[in-house]
Amino acid sequence: MKAARIGAILLLALVAAGALMPERWAAGRYDQQFRELPDAPPSAQFPLGTDAVGRDRLSRLLYGTRVSLLLAPAAALLSCLAAGLLGGIAGYAGGFTDRAIVSAADFFLSVPWLLLLLIVRACLPLDVSPAASVAITFALLGLMGWAAPARIVRAAVASLMDSEFVLMARARGYSSWRVLLRQLLPNVTPVLLAQFWIAVPAYILTETTLGMLGLGVAEPLPSWGGLLRELEGVSPLDQPYLLAPAILLAAVVGSLQLILPREDYPV
Amino acid sequence: MTLHRLIFVALLGVFLAPAIPADLHLALHGEPKTLDPWLAADESADAIAYLTEGVLIRVNRYTQQMEPELAASWKTSPDGKRIVFQLRQGVKFPDGSPFTSEDVVRSFERMLDPALHSPTADTFKTEHGAVKVHAEGTYSVIADFPAPTASIERLFDQVAIVSAKAAQRPAPGLGPFVIDERRPGVSIRLRRNPLYWKSSLPRVDGVVFDIEQNRDLEYLRFRRGELDLIEKLSPELFDRLAKEMPGAAIDAGPTLDSEFLWFNESQRGDIPDAKREWFQSAAFRRAISLAINRADLSRVVYRGHASPAAGLESPANKLWFNTALKPDPFDPAAATNELSRDGFRLDKGVLRDRHGNPVEFSIITNAGSKTREQMATMIQQDLGKVGVKVTIVTLDFPSLIERISRNMNYEACLLGLTNVDADPSEMMNVLLSSASNHPWNPSQKTPATPWEAEIDRLMLAQAATAGYHARKTSFDRVQEILHQQEPVIYLLHPNALVAVSPRLAGAKPAVFLPHTFWNAEELTIAPGRQGGAQ
Repeated sequence: MKAARIGAILLLALVAAGALMPERWAAGRYDQQFRELPDAPPSAQFPLGTDAVGRDRLSRLLYGTRVSLLLAPAAALLSCLAAGLLGGIAGYAGGFTDRAIVSAADFFLSVPWLLLLLIVRACLPLDVSPAASVAITFALLGLMGWAAPARIVRAAVASLMDSEFVLMARARGYSSWRVLLRQLLPNVTPVLLAQFWIAVPAYILTETTLGMLGLGVAEPLPSWGGLLRELEGVSPLDQPYLLAPAILLAAVVGSLQLILPREDYPV
Repeated sequence: MTLHRLIFVALLGVFLAPAIPADLHLALHGEPKTLDPWLAADESADAIAYLTEGVLIRVNRYTQQMEPELAASWKTSPDGKRIVFQLRQGVKFPDGSPFTSEDVVRSFERMLDPALHSPTADTFKTEHGAVKVHAEGTYSVIADFPAPTASIERLFDQVAIVSAKAAQRPAPGLGPFVIDERRPGVSIRLRRNPLYWKSSLPRVDGVVFDIEQNRDLEYLRFRRGELDLIEKLSPELFDRLAKEMPGAAIDAGPTLDSEFLWFNESQRGDIPDAKREWFQSAAFRRAISLAINRADLSRVVYRGHASPAAGLESPANKLWFNTALKPDPFDPAAATNELSRDGFRLDKGVLRDRHGNPVEFSIITNAGSKTREQMATMIQQDLGKVGVKVTIVTLDFPSLIERISRNMNYEACLLGLTNVDADPSEMMNVLLSSASNHPWNPSQKTPATPWEAEIDRLMLAQAATAGYHARKTSFDRVQEILHQQEPVIYLLHPNALVAVSPRLAGAKPAVFLPHTFWNAEELTIAPGRQGGAQ
């Protein structure tokens, strides 16, 4: 297991290095159109060939990796912070506050997120740049993804509130802030970390779904979702190099799952 | 066993074997919203109505000429206000009742009933009133229009004639097929109309429409021989099929459809004044047109299966296309000159207007259309070369329609138009400044520009004229004005890309809809031959 984890970390490091220095590997920028060579097969110049408008697939894959790998953790962080705050308040305060936050979480869980994303995107101003549009998409994912981890955090905090060490701390007359910061937070942090690592691949896959629908990252910025659309209606046996984004996605998501040290969490 | 005995046994087997129905198989991309021919408004419902209903006059999709159908002959008055039909005698509905003038009159009465809200009825209504249809004897019908109407005969291609005696609608019609079985969400089978007036037709036993939304699956099913026809292939799938099944992929040539880009010139909507000023400038629009490489769009996005557009009419429309017009060439230098004459200047690679504002705008298009997204990406790069920054926004279709037709909150839009009829009068709902579908500035109370006023006048004039030459002169001028002013930058006319199974005989793909099964009654399925890849 340890070897697999080390392997996964190495793979992620390699992917991150490739994504951060795409110009070292690719023939052109991700948006450069070689119109004389649309849909070109792999060659020395274009190791993964070119897409329908003649853009270097490798370059787009590396830039797309950068986009997906930078923004998915950012969105996961956002949702975990919101989950930590709201779940923590619900578990700590109990009573009406708890019921209100849990009801809000239930409501968010029942909302069809894809539909909500479509509605919000349709209402956005049209003149936002591709970079801003991708940031907004991931911010929305982050903001909408707080409910599930919040319920887990809330359960963890509620369970900790009944634990002996918290009771002892309260019996000693510690302030609420001290109980929160010294007793609860250190014990909830592993839960939040676990939620973070679960959320990262989930958001990558969500962006992929949006990209498959043509509603992901705006052109010409690449993302894994947008790149996977090339697989529509194509036989991978004929053009196996088109599977590169799918393989990379599977490898990264699998690696993230391997890195996740589930057995370390006491709660 | 002697040879004679062998032959005898083989023939006996052929005659005694149960007949296997030879059905034509194809896919619909959605469930028909109605089976009522007068309410058909979607592609699937139109396909069913086309094969099951009879009309007085049929426009031949291949030759573009009108052909007698339930009307054996007709005569139009010189003023274009009256048309007299002589009906075909001896025609019977599938229930055995005879077809007479009463059926035609009742059909029009019912279709024009305002309570029905038939989209077909709109074609027969004008500001002066609706068409009046009355019988003169058992086999003669007169249709009177309140005002001269151009190409009135072609309008009758759309009106299904339904039995006056039918207790309920939809009732079996006078088309080559009747509905046999409907399995919602799965398929619709049509069977041969046993009393079809064209004796010995149709040649196939039935037509099975499978509901198949996924075009990739439709393609795979065609390859396996489960489907006989594909109405519309993407350029990508067409090229793939041409490699895998040479002969089955047919490029029928340019359609009447067009792909185009336009700017929002409406006073409504939340657009900065500076941008509205650019969009209302003909020089700006012309420069944008010159900066777009149409040949590349055709070659790269459509893989050569599209032709650069000179205007709204495609060269496929042999009667009405203005042959004097040529597509704008790709000429960034000319575009820059045009812009500089209009006060724009290039400043370190960024185009700025006379007030110093950088020229940037967004193009909206519908999400999920690979071809449009690719076109938008290429236009973005082309315009970048003349210093214009373009942002591409893909929206789901309802959101897009909301912006371009209701709240007008958009700057430019890339979309396409499917033309079902070649006649200019069909363009009235797009070209008249008062029309709600007038793309760049819809529902104007009075024309916003003198050239729009001229287009209104010419379109109304051609619609009220019966003679072809006078109408052609008017419509040529309309096309000329649109070419000069470029309120819509026409980009391409895509070709009709279809698939026809090798086991089918008699298929003649046409550029008009339906491309492949317009002559379904004449198609035959070769016995013993398997479709699909070998």
